[in-house]
Amino acid sequence: MALRIVAEAARLMAAPRLIPIASAHIDGALYHGDSGTLFAERLVQDGARVAVRASLNVGALAPAGCAAVRLPPHERDMARRMMRAYEAMGCEPSWTCAPYQAGHRPAAGSDVAWGESNAVVFCNSVLGARTNRYGDFLDIACAVSGRAPDYGLHRPANRLATLLIDVTGLSQELRRSDVFYPVLGTILGRRAGSAVAVIDGLQGCTNEDRLKALGAAAASAGGVGLFHVAGVTPEAPDLAGALGHVPPRERIALTAQDVAAALAGLSTAGGSERIDAVAIGSPHLSLAEIDALERLIAGRRLAIPLYANTGRHVLAPLERAGRRKALETAGVVFVADTCVVVTPILPQIAGAVLMTNSGKFAHYAPGNTGYAVTYGSLRECVESAVAGRLVREPRQWS
Amino acid sequence: MELTAEPLIPGAAACGPCLALSAPISFWGGVDPRSGTIIDARHPERGLCIAGTVLALPGTIGSSSASAVLLELVHAGKAPAALLLDAPDAILLLGLVVAREMGWPTPPAFRLPAAAQPALAGRRIVLSTAGRISCEDRLPPPPG
Repeated sequence: MALRIVAEAARLMAAPRLIPIASAHIDGALYHGDSGTLFAERLVQDGARVAVRASLNVGALAPAGCAAVRLPPHERDMARRMMRAYEAMGCEPSWTCAPYQAGHRPAAGSDVAWGESNAVVFCNSVLGARTNRYGDFLDIACAVSGRAPDYGLHRPANRLATLLIDVTGLSQELRRSDVFYPVLGTILGRRAGSAVAVIDGLQGCTNEDRLKALGAAAASAGGVGLFHVAGVTPEAPDLAGALGHVPPRERIALTAQDVAAALAGLSTAGGSERIDAVAIGSPHLSLAEIDALERLIAGRRLAIPLYANTGRHVLAPLERAGRRKALETAGVVFVADTCVVVTPILPQIAGAVLMTNSGKFAHYAPGNTGYAVTYGSLRECVESAVAGRLVREPRQWS
Repeated sequence: MELTAEPLIPGAAACGPCLALSAPISFWGGVDPRSGTIIDARHPERGLCIAGTVLALPGTIGSSSASAVLLELVHAGKAPAALLLDAPDAILLLGLVVAREMGWPTPPAFRLPAAAQPALAGRRIVLSTAGRISCEDRLPPPPG
């Protein structure tokens, strides 16, 4: 069945052949309803085993403990069966949407089959490995068959940028701040759709977590599977190289107005000062991001819960160092193996507002949790959690 | 008015009111897998239900779990009667491929350029297995 599914996907996308893959990242083990569990169990019944390394994206439960998941008994049972089925096929119980920070980093130029939109973008853009945006079911089908349809971003010619986004008109200060990257990602997603863009003007401004935030926002606001940052990402040694030495089809010079409009669109709570909870970590927090959180809390107690979403690869070293307990005492609620937007964890409160520094949470929280969203920097998130109401820091968005 | 759409996932003839979305959508986080209601807070068609419609999609964006949401809609009997896509989408259509593998009744999918979709909005349309689209509300009255 797995190979039939891969072959059918190849037919749909007019791929002339299948190619071998080096690894997979499986987004299909998140419970959305019984159908996905039945499919995974059918594969297990048929004796399917993964033929390549396959890490797992988040599930709907939190086997590593932490926050309580409010799934009713039937759903909980089906979600658990689904997670077990994927493990039974030989997938790694990584349970994270940031596998690339949990030791799964495919080599540049290798072909892989990755699911989870942010992981796809990171894998292509930051690692330089080649993957299309593999949806649920095709990811496991590729992992089991060890093959993927040869089309799209597996082909070097399709990896060249056709759109140029020029950010040199924005201040250095803004380009060097974490809070800018989800906003830029939202613009990238909206403007690029599924086209490949190169961003010019970020040399010396980025780090891995900023690129992670940029890609995650771009993949939720659009269909972005790959972007380049001139002078930063592996397939963009310089601007001309990223474009394949051909002029871009379109060139967009970002203005302060563009940034302000995208920033406003990330919040849905209007001017409300109300904050019921803070959620960070979409994609899952890295150790460096936990370090920053710890520095900003600076030993204070939080007045409202701050949900820190991360993987067991981060939680384990925190635990060993005694840092997990200290953060929990301050009021941090760790969410591991899953996140607050994919499964019911946030308490149901009428008119509630969630504050976040994640473009991806800002995009999906209103539909999936019922909370309105206020977007802000990590510092604003922490200060608001301490104060129990919205706290803004002065910032020039230009 | 008559149009022809290229079959992507073949299936039985289908009919239903055409819901032509005016903006691309991410099925995961955008459509409730239990009811088929559009839940994306920023989507212009928020609150409408895609179940039983001939759903015209000018584009698909966002999460790679769209296939899972569509499979769940099929399994729950809340899927659209047919899908019209601007371009083949390996993520969304996989939901239908897997539904077929599981032996569940699977709605067909066709390719129809986004530019041709708005003209169908709100019309009750019939789709043949070959992809011929006719608007029922424009058909001549039956003889007699």
